[in-house]
Amino acid sequence: MSFAHGPLADRPNNPKVGLPLPHEAASLHVTGKALYTDDLIHRTPNLLHAWPLQAPHAHARVTTFDVTPAYDVPGVVRVLTAQDVPGVNDAGIKHDEPLFPTEIMFYGHAVCYVLGETEDAARLGAEAIVVEYEPLPSLMTIPEAIAAESFQGAQRTVSRGDADAGLAASTHRFSGEFSFGGQEHFYLETNAALALVDEAGQVFVQSSTQHPSETQEIVAHVLGRPSHEITVQCLRLGGGFGGKEMQPHGFAAVAALGATITGRPVLLRLNRTQDITMTGKRHPFHASWEIGFDADLRIRALKATLTSDGGWSLDLSEPVLARALCHIDNAYWIPDIEAHGRIAKTNKTSQTAFRGFGGPQGMIVIEDILGRCAPQLGIAPEELRRRNFYSPGQPTPYGQPVRHAERLAAIWQTLSDKASVAQRQEQIAAFNAGHHDSKRALAITPVKFGISFNLTAFNQAGALVHVYKDGSVLINHGGVEMGQGLHTKMIQVAATALGVPLSYVRLAPTRTDKVPNTSATAASSGADINGGAVKNACDQIRERLATVAAGQLGIHPDDVRFVDGVVTGIGFHDKQIEWAKLTHDAYFQRVQLWAAGFYRTAGLHWDANRMQGEPFKYFAYGAACAEVEVDGFTGAYRLLRADIVHDVGDSLSPLIDVGQIEGGFVQGTGWLTLEELRWDTSDGPHRGRLNTQAASTYKIPSFSEMPEEFHVHLFERATESGVVYGSKAVGEPPLMEAFAVREALRAAVAQFGPAGYPVDLGSPATPEAVYWAIDAARTAGTAGTNGATGRPTTDASAQELAGV
Amino acid sequence: MEPHVVVNGRARPLGEVGGHTTLLEWLRSTGYTGCKEGCAEGECGACAVLVARPAEATGANGSATTRWTAINACLVPAAGFDAQEVVTSEGLGDPERLHPVQEQMAVRGGSQCGYCTPGFICSMAAEYYRADRSPADAEAEAATAEPGTNGHSRAEAGADPAAPGHAPDHEHGPNGFDLHALSGNLCRCTGYRPIRDAAYALGSPDESDALAQRRSAPAPAPAPTVITTGGTAYRRPADLAQALELLAQHPDARLVAGSTDWGVELNIRHVRAELTIALDRVAELRTFSVQPDRIEIGAALTLSEVERLLDGRVPLLAELFPQFASRLIRNGATLGGNLGTGSPIGDSPPALLALDASLVLASAAGERTVPLSEYFTGYRQTVKRPDELIKTITLPLPVAPISAFHKIAKRRFDDISSVAIAFALRLDGDTVSDIKIGLGGVAAMPIRASATEAALTGRPWTPKVAAEAARVLADEGTPISDHRASAAYRTAMLGTSLRKFHAQNANAGKVGAK
Repeated sequence: MSFAHGPLADRPNNPKVGLPLPHEAASLHVTGKALYTDDLIHRTPNLLHAWPLQAPHAHARVTTFDVTPAYDVPGVVRVLTAQDVPGVNDAGIKHDEPLFPTEIMFYGHAVCYVLGETEDAARLGAEAIVVEYEPLPSLMTIPEAIAAESFQGAQRTVSRGDADAGLAASTHRFSGEFSFGGQEHFYLETNAALALVDEAGQVFVQSSTQHPSETQEIVAHVLGRPSHEITVQCLRLGGGFGGKEMQPHGFAAVAALGATITGRPVLLRLNRTQDITMTGKRHPFHASWEIGFDADLRIRALKATLTSDGGWSLDLSEPVLARALCHIDNAYWIPDIEAHGRIAKTNKTSQTAFRGFGGPQGMIVIEDILGRCAPQLGIAPEELRRRNFYSPGQPTPYGQPVRHAERLAAIWQTLSDKASVAQRQEQIAAFNAGHHDSKRALAITPVKFGISFNLTAFNQAGALVHVYKDGSVLINHGGVEMGQGLHTKMIQVAATALGVPLSYVRLAPTRTDKVPNTSATAASSGADINGGAVKNACDQIRERLATVAAGQLGIHPDDVRFVDGVVTGIGFHDKQIEWAKLTHDAYFQRVQLWAAGFYRTAGLHWDANRMQGEPFKYFAYGAACAEVEVDGFTGAYRLLRADIVHDVGDSLSPLIDVGQIEGGFVQGTGWLTLEELRWDTSDGPHRGRLNTQAASTYKIPSFSEMPEEFHVHLFERATESGVVYGSKAVGEPPLMEAFAVREALRAAVAQFGPAGYPVDLGSPATPEAVYWAIDAARTAGTAGTNGATGRPTTDASAQELAGV
Repeated sequence: MEPHVVVNGRARPLGEVGGHTTLLEWLRSTGYTGCKEGCAEGECGACAVLVARPAEATGANGSATTRWTAINACLVPAAGFDAQEVVTSEGLGDPERLHPVQEQMAVRGGSQCGYCTPGFICSMAAEYYRADRSPADAEAEAATAEPGTNGHSRAEAGADPAAPGHAPDHEHGPNGFDLHALSGNLCRCTGYRPIRDAAYALGSPDESDALAQRRSAPAPAPAPTVITTGGTAYRRPADLAQALELLAQHPDARLVAGSTDWGVELNIRHVRAELTIALDRVAELRTFSVQPDRIEIGAALTLSEVERLLDGRVPLLAELFPQFASRLIRNGATLGGNLGTGSPIGDSPPALLALDASLVLASAAGERTVPLSEYFTGYRQTVKRPDELIKTITLPLPVAPISAFHKIAKRRFDDISSVAIAFALRLDGDTVSDIKIGLGGVAAMPIRASATEAALTGRPWTPKVAAEAARVLADEGTPISDHRASAAYRTAMLGTSLRKFHAQNANAGKVGAK
């Protein structure tokens, strides 16, 4: 057999990968039969409900704590406190997240949990507990933390060349500051864990977690037990987006602790307000920067300091920051660069993974810079962007060659054609000439996103594939299904590798007693690494079956072919064996019909201290074009049209991949334009409270934010060698294509101002933020200066750009 | 018969539900997993179910018919569904025999994580079964769509209407599907495009379809209900007299109709009333009549019902309704409820103030009529006594020919107003003969912009006068800064709204009514 793209990437004849299949559980979803953790209540008799007691202080010490009144509430069974923990009182992997704290670190921090016969009983029990607090000084914003020098974790720098010298040698120099907001995950299913103890005393936890192995680890260390006594299962998640990579562990531990103490099943399900106020979010950042361009308007040098708001504990803030620093270049060649990063410690929820994992926070900085500088450089923003793309052979600032860099220009051109950009620019100009109070604009932005966990060890996966005597196939892998279609893809991979119809393959729920030591389903890597492991297991089984078939067919095992459940020889088809007959025969020949598969991503290395190496297997590419219309009276806007060209390699499952691209784009648009986390930063009694803690106050995109016209194209002839069936990861990269929306808003706002006016736009660019940007643009147009406006200051606003 | 609910065609005893068990809790505890809790405040639609409600239209022989109506199960007390029919996503089809709505959602990639999906299925099914849904309907609605929301149509003639990305009219499908039917359902995964395509690809129900057939028979009658559990009670009085008598005895009872506000109190703030009195099916509160000089609207008609009964007669309200919360909320919420809570950010008070509405307040002692402009007295304070309820909302006719409702919010569908401004203008030639402006979100209660009205009345309807009056309007409120908007933005919006209203109607005096 010859392999054009390597044995992992090449596809056999009639593959099941590449078919546009609906989600494997779609018929369960639409009929309400798909079960999530909370749906298991009805199947779990004698259940207890857990309820957290949340502290109403941003930072405080618990001075009085009396749980006895809770036991007077009918239906209260047990209050769980630190004294109950037989193992380690900690819910994190950095040992900085006490499960039952004595020092309150953020408003809403859970002091303890009450177990009740009903949710109401547990809630009333929690209300009865007597707690007194001694309030302590708190830090609520990045500027407050910087002033107090409150940082946590390691500070990192990505650098190449001499940024100061590069800036000095630049023809055009600009500097500025930019603060942008975080994002609540708002998965529709809130965090939930259901724990029970089996007849042997082992703990079984059903958890809505993206990282079952780590949930298992944390439950084990809280209970003081070895991992083999704890099993974590995940049927499916009602959305994760990174929010269930670390956050579920403590909730699972509470449920498990309650179950071991009471001997009864315990459910801890957060309601929406609890989930929003207790769990971490996308990190907000502050960035200060200085950039230089040469006479040809090519970036010469960049100096930047990124400060993320990590909240009260370290969580995943270090790797998030690392990815931000590794993506501040986005798609652009920056010869001399020095990017510092640090993590502020504040009294907020512990900020954590969120789709893109720091990548969006790095990339928004350079996209914001280019969007603000282009008017002052007298160049169209899309031309400034295109001109600065990486060329093949150029390495990133951290030393990784940008393979397939030529795809950036190819995608850009394809998108410009498919979106009729030139023609629409003329239409937009005509519209704007005829409308005084509303303006339109379009913008194009690129994405280059590194695929693999920065931490090399996480780039491994396992699978367990069983073939039964009757030929039916059961697969199990370490990845979690959270809506991204991973299980659908894994069924397609297994059916392709074994050469059987899709209907022969069933996928079993993810469990830590089937596949151990798994990585989080995160970093877009789910299909890459678990697909590699599933294929590895299937390949082993197929090879053994090929030997059996070769004997029956009288040919060499290398010449056996498996297609659609029929086993035959290369080149002739008069003799063939039904798959089920072959598996039956193989059993009687005592051939092993199951296999454990393993995959490790090859060729990765990363020096986390020096921030140098090749941490990524490859880069995902894409570009988006967005057109908006802005109402000059209110700042309200509509997303008229979006076009995307995105590189998924050879798609494993096109319907799934298009869904990921569209969903990521709209979620990114939500982060950039709509979703606003407002914390009480006053010195009032509720300092530290999150004021947007419900669906009524924290608005995620609805139908009205969907692009009115929406076209997604998969980049063609894009086989990625060395990845399962030539595909590429797709979960995170499309989120960052939403920068096109923000840049289109900036361009539309600029239409209200004088020519060359650089628009300073808050993030999120809510209608209010857009209105103030319009107000400033108009003021600049009438007064010739950026005069005072009625605009209030918010921490999401950027500083004026100072030309140097 | 003991209190029961017919779920998916099967009678289920209600059991011990009192006034505080929501329909969602009850359904889930009864084993129905096809309705989910996503937010517990009627914002996400994951809990949507279908209920059989009386339709305004009658059958061929004049008999009463049924409309499958989607509502948020998380907001309503289960006890309110005594003898009612409820359908969940499980009742529409099963994995082996998908319902057409389920089929389209499944094959087009309308579900990813699947958690919001059953709710979408129910909202979509309600629109699928809407008796008057037709392609012609879609064209008519698209043609009359108000500027600024639907005006941007980008038809691609001849293309597959359900093809990805296609938008003949973004908010109305070629099959007559009104996308606003899904405005109360949130999805965090898909970005909505495949859900829209699934909705726009739907055909019409087969004649053999049981739920379609069910429409031609009357909806279940409301059952007078008394359910008492653990010291709390839920009561559905048989008629207005009984309701007023109950209220006279228990002035601190909680009155609910759609329960869209009360459900939030119940779930989020854990408020537990001793007595809940349901008004939603009291016949005397559900009347509607158009007289030569006025329209009388029963306070317990749902907003969706009012919208259909008015049928565009009051353009200001026609413009308001699509912006008022979501279809799921409008299917339960009532004008009586929106006015009864006295909230300063309700969307109906500014419009009703501009329309010069008045209210009939009823108690066991009798009735009185109060102009809406004298109804609000402070933050969630009104002249309504504890023993009174709102019976009727009266709108004088003819309504002003030129009107607009400007809702300032972060999100266009299903959001709470930062500022709401309603205009009702009469011109005599080029001169403003009368203007009424209602404001929400800029003071402790809904108010009329009296100074602005005075500044405009008798003046020519010109950009200069409008701009001068806009400065007056900007000072009419005393807005605060909160998580929705800053005080400065709210103030700015007051000013720009009048300029926008003028820009929209600059030539109204020259060409007559809009």
